Amino acid sequence: MLDMTPKDIQERTALRINPAKTCQPIGAMYASLGIHNCLPHSHGSQGCCSYHRSHLTRHFKEPVVASTSSFTEGAAVFGGAPNLRQSLKTIFQVYKPDIIAVHTTCLSETIGDDIPSIVRKAEEDGLIPDGKFVIHANTPSYVGSNVTGFSNMVKAMVDYLATRELKPDSEINIIPGYVDPADMREIKRMLGELNVTGTVFPDTSDVLDTPMTGSYEMFPKGGVTIDRLMKTGSGKATIALGAFASEAGAQALETKCGVPFRVLDLPIGINATDQFVKSVLQITGEQRPSPSMIDDRGRVLDMMTDMQHYLYGKRVAIFGDPDQVISMTDFLVSAGMRPVYVITGTPGKRFEERIKRILGDDAPNCVVRASADLFYLHQLIRNESVDLMVGNTYGKYISRAEDIPLVRFGFPILDRVGHGFFPTFGYQGAMCLLTNIVNTLLDRVDRDSAEERFELVM
Amino acid sequence: MRKVAIYGKGGIGKSTTTQNTVAGLAELEKKVMVVGCDPKADSTRLLLGGLAQKSVLDTLREEGEDVDLDDVRKTGFSDTLCVESGGPEPGVGCAGRGIITSINLLESLGAYDSKENLDYVFYDVLGDVVCGGFAMPIREGKAQEIYIVVSGEMMAMYAANNICKGIKRYSDGGGVRLGGLICNSRKVDNEEEMIDAFAKKLGTQMIYFLPRDNMVQRAEIHRKTVIDYDPESDMAGHYRSLAKSIDQNDMFVTPKPMHTDDLEKILMDYGLFG
Repeated sequence: MLDMTPKDIQERTALRINPAKTCQPIGAMYASLGIHNCLPHSHGSQGCCSYHRSHLTRHFKEPVVASTSSFTEGAAVFGGAPNLRQSLKTIFQVYKPDIIAVHTTCLSETIGDDIPSIVRKAEEDGLIPDGKFVIHANTPSYVGSNVTGFSNMVKAMVDYLATRELKPDSEINIIPGYVDPADMREIKRMLGELNVTGTVFPDTSDVLDTPMTGSYEMFPKGGVTIDRLMKTGSGKATIALGAFASEAGAQALETKCGVPFRVLDLPIGINATDQFVKSVLQITGEQRPSPSMIDDRGRVLDMMTDMQHYLYGKRVAIFGDPDQVISMTDFLVSAGMRPVYVITGTPGKRFEERIKRILGDDAPNCVVRASADLFYLHQLIRNESVDLMVGNTYGKYISRAEDIPLVRFGFPILDRVGHGFFPTFGYQGAMCLLTNIVNTLLDRVDRDSAEERFELVM
Repeated sequence: MRKVAIYGKGGIGKSTTTQNTVAGLAELEKKVMVVGCDPKADSTRLLLGGLAQKSVLDTLREEGEDVDLDDVRKTGFSDTLCVESGGPEPGVGCAGRGIITSINLLESLGAYDSKENLDYVFYDVLGDVVCGGFAMPIREGKAQEIYIVVSGEMMAMYAANNICKGIKRYSDGGGVRLGGLICNSRKVDNEEEMIDAFAKKLGTQMIYFLPRDNMVQRAEIHRKTVIDYDPESDMAGHYRSLAKSIDQNDMFVTPKPMHTDDLEKILMDYGLFG
């Protein structure tokens, strides 16, 4: 399918082919789903909302509910205010969420609908019932990426809801980043292991990984409550996981309520998880992690050393959303592998700087690029191949064309299962990832071995 | 059918000039349609004798997409056909998109069909060229000739020069050409010579010099074109002459917009020491 990708790399400024990112509103919609009893609302045409919902559904294999302002030609010309007012009225009457999280679309951004003033007017006119909330984030897709949209909606949660109470809370806030419910669940499990209470927001566990019970709940039991979101303003500190997805929210919380924050890489792999655990312990004053966590850490190390000869020096291409790619690069370097192409579609100089700092002298010739696309990655691979690709489902075309194994990681994964259940965060997440990586490499060894070199024991 | 768009700085007298010119063409037995491309929807007031018309977009909003041509097209002075695009209230929505929607709708309703036997379509476009929507009338296949209403005042000339940039952009790919500048006098010193020189620099002509006459104001108050209100007046004669000049015009060019320094030099040469 990609047989015609040329080896000759031309500098492109105006064209992206097979982008390594998607729309802002997808991230905003996903973040909104991490609030309990929240209905995400897409202020734009119906097609935007349908695409964003179905894209999330294809990744999580769960129904994703969201409403839309259903713009027509008339709304494009006269502005979307009447549509949004009608939407708010209908949604509170019919679906009865506690909160509506409005995000915009390219169309509403371009015509310049002023969401806060529309919402304020709706509130004055009694369209928002007492005790219910409407928050909003501006999410034009021609700026940033899905990660930016996630970040904007997290910031909106803080801007609209966080309040500083007189008595400060001893709890910590954790912004988990644009990650799967299994990872948000893993953060809460690790906090439990560390005897720390905290608020994870947004939190899509028990929203997008609900068990089959035979009955459908439009608003599942999971998600951070509005009450907890308000209390984040009184928290002791905030840990923002992933600079791209989480820093803006943590920064806003400090500006608004004076809650100090620190930004860490996503706790993927041993180094980053160590940093996470250390930070939690420093903030809460605890001395040591639980023995079971230390054992988990040891088991990952054990697997890394046992399988070192299959990992060492392997050339890897990593692509996807920047926070994920940063932590994965760090993890693979620590496992002895050699990232040679590291790419994200999201714009941001920080990405390139951070990756180069991780790689240090280990991989001087590594190509690192933000605002890049998969066509470029394919060209790089055509020039000098890799042993393994790590990234989302969109990499499968390159994987097939070049006969390179692909470990699915990040968002979206549309063609495999498991990401909904097994974490990538923490020491246990590292075990899951490493298992996947090693087994993928071993499958390839088996497939490629000549008869006489086909091993029973590996 | 000739398709003409009138551009120019806000308040320069585009709508007044357009309607009076159209009245002149109507007297010459030409079949003319005027399409107002201004959200204020005041481009056909003088031809219709008041702001009685429902705009295309109002109709679209109230009746949905099932619109008839007769809902949005009214007959005015001397059988001229009048259409107003309309648009959103100031401060909301997208007026540019409104123009696009409106012209597309007129096309699909057959307002430009040959069975309408139109000799002229005039687009009266709001202010400066500000976005793709307001440039809609000069896109491929729409207006082929443009007249810019200008005066000897500096900002009006700036605006005219800016509009020329827009025309140049579209003329490179499409067929749109500049037909000339219409000077609507503000009694500025050396106005006629200055605009004439300005037009030559742009590579075009001053197609007509309209003197300032309070007759225009009086006719406007009576919701009429000058030709309708006082057919014997000098000003009515001027508008007839302008209509004739446009009807006989054969000079259509791609303008050469000027650098601001050159523009200011013309002002210096004529405005101060002329």
